[in-house]
Amino acid sequence: MNLFGLFNRSRSGSAARERLQILLAHERAAADGADLAAVLQQEILAVIARHVPIDRDKVVVKLERGAHVSTLAIDIEMPEDAVASR
Amino acid sequence: MSKVMVVTSGKGGVGKTTSAAALGAALAQTGQNVVLVDFDVGLRNLDLVLGAERRVVFDLVNVVQGDARLPQALIRDKRLETLHLLPASQTRDKDALTPEGVEQVIGELRERFDWVVCDSPAGIERGATLAMRHADLAVVVTNPEVSSVRDSDRIIGMLDSKTRRAEEGEVMEKHLLLTRYDVARADRGEMMKVEDVLEILAIPLLAVVAESRDVLSASNVGCPVTLHNPQSAVARAYDAAARRLMGESPPMSEVLPKRGLLSRLFGRRTAA
Repeated sequence: MNLFGLFNRSRSGSAARERLQILLAHERAAADGADLAAVLQQEILAVIARHVPIDRDKVVVKLERGAHVSTLAIDIEMPEDAVASR
Repeated sequence: MSKVMVVTSGKGGVGKTTSAAALGAALAQTGQNVVLVDFDVGLRNLDLVLGAERRVVFDLVNVVQGDARLPQALIRDKRLETLHLLPASQTRDKDALTPEGVEQVIGELRERFDWVVCDSPAGIERGATLAMRHADLAVVVTNPEVSSVRDSDRIIGMLDSKTRRAEEGEVMEKHLLLTRYDVARADRGEMMKVEDVLEILAIPLLAVVAESRDVLSASNVGCPVTLHNPQSAVARAYDAAARRLMGESPPMSEVLPKRGLLSRLFGRRTAA
């Protein structure tokens, strides 16, 4: 086994923790229905996915919370052929 | 005051039945009158883990449906006279349990026992929701592994919303029982550590039970691990857990897993 493999293996515990923290933040918000941004994100993506195939890895979501205004920016990369065929 | 406790997890195979049997036996050993109730209708196993599989005549479904009286279905353990089992039915499915029937049976059990320990089936369906429905406190059994932690989080959400206590605005007491933990692998960073799981799930720790071959050898012969090998690390962890459930405060050293010599020597270094 090379050194890189050894290094990777030894970090997998923290990888598990970090993946769970992100995932559960979403799942808890969805379960509560309290986090409007999370609900909006899911529903907007679902609507777009009905018309265009979406690669979830190519979706960038930014949520900025301000004192008076919050903005939700969803940046979706749409495949060229899917758009052209319409 | 009798207490109803559910042992639950969401995910299967994490050690619910082993833990329910071990905690029930440990509580019974202190002189408390304990009944273990198997809610896994159709897939019962608590009878086998307790070595009572050949003594089952009537079961939970018979009692819920009024085909048998509670005393006819209760099985007293041969080793501990304060430990009892109310087995699940093996031939029926989970729909045979009705909310009203379960409420009635739990009410009767409360009058007879100090501890009513409900062993939940895996999943989030009817059997699991009925097992947690009347609980005063919950033991959430979790392995230091991503799918188990995720499912435990879901179950914690259900304990806080779908139980009678939650609906009445009362607090559901929840305890984390971390099982199949491997200190050496956690020290090397190959496994989530106790603190990682505690931080994610945010419920208090009851005890950490190390991965151990004692668990299999106890279930092979149908004996709770706390009775089978009382000196083992696993048995001591369950004993400490039971004492904490009774409101005692055993030292944390009994609740956390011990480091082996090799792990002490090499664990820290490889983790760095």
